[in-house]
Amino acid sequence: MEKPLTKMMRPDGEPLSLGEYEAAGGYQALRKALGAMTPTAVVEEVKKSNLRGRGGAGFPTGLKWGFMPKADRVRRPRYFVVNADEMEPGTWKDRMLMEGNPHQVVEGALLGAYAVEADVGYIFLRAEYAKAARVLRRAIAEAYGAGYAGKNVLGSGWALELSLHISAGRYMCGEEMGLINALEGRRANPRNKPPHPQLAGLWGLPTIVSNTETVCNAPHIILNGAEWYKGISRSSDGGTKIYGASGKVKRPGLWELPMGTPLREVLEEHAGGMRDGLKFRGVLPGGASTDFLGPEHLDVKMDFDSVPKAGSRMGTGTMIILDDHTCPVGMVRNLERFFARESCGWCTPCRDGLPWAAQVLDAIEEGRGEPGDLDVLADLCRLMAPGHTYCALAAGAVEPLQSALKLFREEFERHIRDKRCPWR
Amino acid sequence: MVATLHIDGAAYSVKEGQNLLQACLSLGFNLPYFCWHPAMHSVGACRQCAVKQFKDEKDTRGKIIMSCMTPATEGMRISIEDPEARAFRAGVIEALMVNHPHDCPVCDEGGECHLQDMTVMTGHVCRRARVRKRTHRNQDMGPFVNHEMNRCIACYRCVRYYRELAGGRDLDVFGWHHHVYFGRQVDGPLESEFSGNLVEVCPTGVFTDKTLKGHYARKWDLQTAPSVCVHCSLGCNTIPGERYGELRRVRNRFNEEVNGYFLCDRGRYGYEYENSDLRLRHPLRLGAEGPRPIPSAEAVSYVAGLLRNGGRVLGIGSPRASLEGNFALRALVGAGRFFIGWPERERALVTTALRLLREGAIRTPCLREVREADAALALGEDVSNTAPMLAFALRQCAMQRKIKVAAAFGIAPWDSDAVRLVGQDEKSPIFIATPCGTRLDDIATRLWRAAPEEIARLGFAVAKALDPDAPEVPDLSDEAKSSARDIAAALREAERPVVVSGTGAGSPAVLEAAGAVAAALRRLGRNVQLSLVLPECNSAGAALLGGGSLAGALSEVRKGQVDTLIILENDLYRRLNAEAADALLAGVKHLMVLDHLANATTARAEVALPCATFAESEGTLVSQEGRAQRFFAVHPARGEVRESWRWLREIGMAAGQSEMAAWQTTDDLIQTLSQEPGLSGVKEAAPGREFRAAGQKIPRQPHRYSGRTAMGADVSVHEPPPPEDRDSPLAFSMEGYQGQPPAALVPRYWAPGWNSDHALNKFQGEVGGAVRGGPAGVRLIEPAADAPARYAAEIPPPFQPAEGQWLVVALHHVFGSEELSAHTPGVAQLAPRPYLGLSPEDAQRCGVGEGDPVELAVGSSVQQLPARIIPGLPRGLLGLPAGLAGVKVVELPAGGRVRSVTGGPP
Repeated sequence: MEKPLTKMMRPDGEPLSLGEYEAAGGYQALRKALGAMTPTAVVEEVKKSNLRGRGGAGFPTGLKWGFMPKADRVRRPRYFVVNADEMEPGTWKDRMLMEGNPHQVVEGALLGAYAVEADVGYIFLRAEYAKAARVLRRAIAEAYGAGYAGKNVLGSGWALELSLHISAGRYMCGEEMGLINALEGRRANPRNKPPHPQLAGLWGLPTIVSNTETVCNAPHIILNGAEWYKGISRSSDGGTKIYGASGKVKRPGLWELPMGTPLREVLEEHAGGMRDGLKFRGVLPGGASTDFLGPEHLDVKMDFDSVPKAGSRMGTGTMIILDDHTCPVGMVRNLERFFARESCGWCTPCRDGLPWAAQVLDAIEEGRGEPGDLDVLADLCRLMAPGHTYCALAAGAVEPLQSALKLFREEFERHIRDKRCPWR
Repeated sequence: MVATLHIDGAAYSVKEGQNLLQACLSLGFNLPYFCWHPAMHSVGACRQCAVKQFKDEKDTRGKIIMSCMTPATEGMRISIEDPEARAFRAGVIEALMVNHPHDCPVCDEGGECHLQDMTVMTGHVCRRARVRKRTHRNQDMGPFVNHEMNRCIACYRCVRYYRELAGGRDLDVFGWHHHVYFGRQVDGPLESEFSGNLVEVCPTGVFTDKTLKGHYARKWDLQTAPSVCVHCSLGCNTIPGERYGELRRVRNRFNEEVNGYFLCDRGRYGYEYENSDLRLRHPLRLGAEGPRPIPSAEAVSYVAGLLRNGGRVLGIGSPRASLEGNFALRALVGAGRFFIGWPERERALVTTALRLLREGAIRTPCLREVREADAALALGEDVSNTAPMLAFALRQCAMQRKIKVAAAFGIAPWDSDAVRLVGQDEKSPIFIATPCGTRLDDIATRLWRAAPEEIARLGFAVAKALDPDAPEVPDLSDEAKSSARDIAAALREAERPVVVSGTGAGSPAVLEAAGAVAAALRRLGRNVQLSLVLPECNSAGAALLGGGSLAGALSEVRKGQVDTLIILENDLYRRLNAEAADALLAGVKHLMVLDHLANATTARAEVALPCATFAESEGTLVSQEGRAQRFFAVHPARGEVRESWRWLREIGMAAGQSEMAAWQTTDDLIQTLSQEPGLSGVKEAAPGREFRAAGQKIPRQPHRYSGRTAMGADVSVHEPPPPEDRDSPLAFSMEGYQGQPPAALVPRYWAPGWNSDHALNKFQGEVGGAVRGGPAGVRLIEPAADAPARYAAEIPPPFQPAEGQWLVVALHHVFGSEELSAHTPGVAQLAPRPYLGLSPEDAQRCGVGEGDPVELAVGSSVQQLPARIIPGLPRGLLGLPAGLAGVKVVELPAGGRVRSVTGGPP
């Protein structure tokens, strides 16, 4: 089983130095691209590989990079931004990639920047990731020193300035347009599309934003080819995926596995199944902003097309597992409190709907629920459905809630009927 | 381009590419919204205007879209009434209401609250949320705007208006999620002179009118009438509101050609002088024990007696009085003995300005045209202080470039955030040359700080750079040459350039230079316009009427030719220094003054007659655009107060001038004055008194006006008949035509279901555009199409700062420089204290620090003032605040001497 993203990493998880990375084949992809490939060829190779964005939406990366206006030589600088603002609850895959092999992130960023003919690159990092900041800063300095970044990258004539930007620390900064606003020093409110960032992104100039894990795939695609990359997957989406599991499983963790590995395999073989005495009740397959799946969906293939067929989303591929000793109402309340707190306050349904949902869940969990409360929650889920809010935050935020209302209806009703949480 | 839009199954023609919300509102549909505003356009924040969109005829599910963010396209199918769309809109209101306090009965916005209207419109009636509402601390934002953050529904209009339209910096959004806070970093008066618009921009009671709070009445209890602002020369349209004989507030009256949706704070809040204790309420006769009230008849017959007995009489009119008042005085005393009552320099400035506009081939733009201009040159005039809404218009002019850049990306002008995103730092070329920094400097492409002569020279140099036939500017520095070339290049490239100047710098050369730039552009075939700011609300009207200056009056008095002097609404002590004014008044035997506030001139009057203010009378003002506009009485004058022209008519009739008897009404007077050359359009400024809508008068009182039968009951339990209005088609009554009258007669905005000012939507043909029937007012000045471009022969020499020689220039202040508004407590609070401004270099050289007392001598006038150090003021210039109480009147610019009182002579 190929594990391109993690195979180089040291067992202790400490970062690879530049020398170690190069010895393991690092920066060969960048050399190959600059030496023998046009930016368009890089984009085409990524397109052929079926790499889909690992930030959660699964948008085909090659397609996105290809959106960057080719003809426009006037509006400069052009930007390539790596989204390392990993703040999805239950998700820490990018952190592992950055802390364990920062040069892979840097090389991925450079390849992405080359592909879209960017002049400036940013790695936009979650504020809490102090170690990642340390190792990335060093890796960027080393990359400059070795001529991988700067005014004349590897003597090719292409110039790229790459910097690390530490986020102000809000969930919204991870949203593509919120990130761009934050990078400009503004409130991390989302922006409306159109105009899309490739047309008017950072400071109104052409910009592409890609997730950390996504760009980490780029060197391997360029080095080994799109066909190889598709071959290591178990689904039509190319490559491998860093899957994760948290919750009361025997071995919570992260594993690089072929794209399309069934959920049950991740849960039972890699996470070791549920802790003794606990039963599986449900799973948020791709982080906090995805719908719950129940036991009947354990055989779903974890890829961007299969999970939606089961009624949820692949998201970040890092699952949160609910067991039978944990109150589903309490779990959803926790999540909605988080999302309510992280709403930017721009659009009404999200700003005023999420805190209301959280407070209704508080009431139910604390034994103050009333019969009409579940209707209120259902109405709020409709109010915040996709397309109803300014950005995807609220739509994602109500996914665990709306699915919990279906999957765990009886538990909600019991809370209200008994005026208490049965798990307390 | 017209598109067919299917709304709930019916086909409508709409402008293609227009957003659906504006299209639906223009078609008359009631679609609720909050963050959208016709002057601020779409950002998609509130989600209130959702409708259902269907792919085609077969699509029955459709999807929810935000109408404000969706362009209308050919064949598009939408539904407003779709149950899911309705439920969604009610859901948005329900979410807003989770935290909105149910304090409407004690909220100042109640009864004219857009949130109330929209809540009722969506049908949200029942609260399901059992949660504690979030609360905020409120801020003290100064004398004009009250802040009550708990009511906020976070539509973001306030910060968008304040920062993006008005250019303010001290109001912002803070915090996150449902705790977003709209306020200042710290308590303190809002710094923008356009802060009052927050009151109208806010859809609920967060920002309310603090002056109204001091004497509160509901909108439905206010008697209102269409009016025109008297606090500068722009003639912004207003709606003052009255109850119990007291003005309570001023709201914006939409005129797309003038002020659009907004007013400046001087215009909005200056009204309280009307209620001031300084008001003259009775005729006064000056006796040995001071002034004592006398009956009106006695006053009239006394003055008439002076006139009848062959007394030689002289009349001094006023640029702040209506055309009617000035004309009546001129008729009473005779044209040859009528003087406007401005100093000779002011007369020269205003007539120069008017000559440029009337005799040249260059059009004077309305404010809409300034907003839509794509390049501007402001020469010498600090419009942010002398004509604030012109500054506001220039801010919108600066945006034009962004709109143009965005259009190249296919972004519609209404997609507000996208326009700003793509437009980034792009702004229309705007060049500002003034003696001192202005609050408009942030939008300038380039700035110059110079003495008025230097500014004039820059202007002439621009004209020369545009047109080789323009006169050469001698001794021009290389820097000025290059500046002139840059300005010329930008103006030449513009499609709709506008040149702005005015009388504020006190320099005819500056005006001529502005005229020269415009003339040069005109000769190049450019569509240039010239906007000239004048000193007062009827300066243009006074100049059109003609009449000499105070210098002429003084010379008549000196010749001993005057027995009786009649002064109309004019405090000569603001126009002349005290010695000159004393000399003028002392030279006449009898002094009669008509005014509404007591002042230094009325104090000297043998007879002072109390006259009606703009809110108690009907009259006509001519704005700097040359637009004649009629203001109507908001409430009848009480007691012995009456219109100036009626006093003058009675005096005239008593003195035997029988022709004045024909002036039964304002219309009769207007009929007579319209015979004057240049004034024939005045009678078209508004429909006359005979006008009826559906056979009825226009009621000044809303149909919900309360207390009519009770409000006078403390005096008499018998309800008196409503006062008759002989002068206008408006009635002091609740009864009358409830539909939409012509724009000049609109007393308020209301429509069924629309109690807030957004009812204006229902008055406009296309929402955001012209009011049905066209804008109010009539332009009296149009360019002579084939007039040759003329250049002034005289170009001033360069300004050279010299040791011991200073040039004192007037610095204008939006709060404090204008006479009437200065009597409003809030305006007085924000007015600066007297000072003498000097540059940091000069201050250092003279050893003067901030606040140090200095002595200023201009001619024989000597005064001591604290020094204010003004960065950017050119060396050799001293800045003296214009019109400010506590500063001696000096005609500026003028040479002066300054001496540090503590140190030696600098």
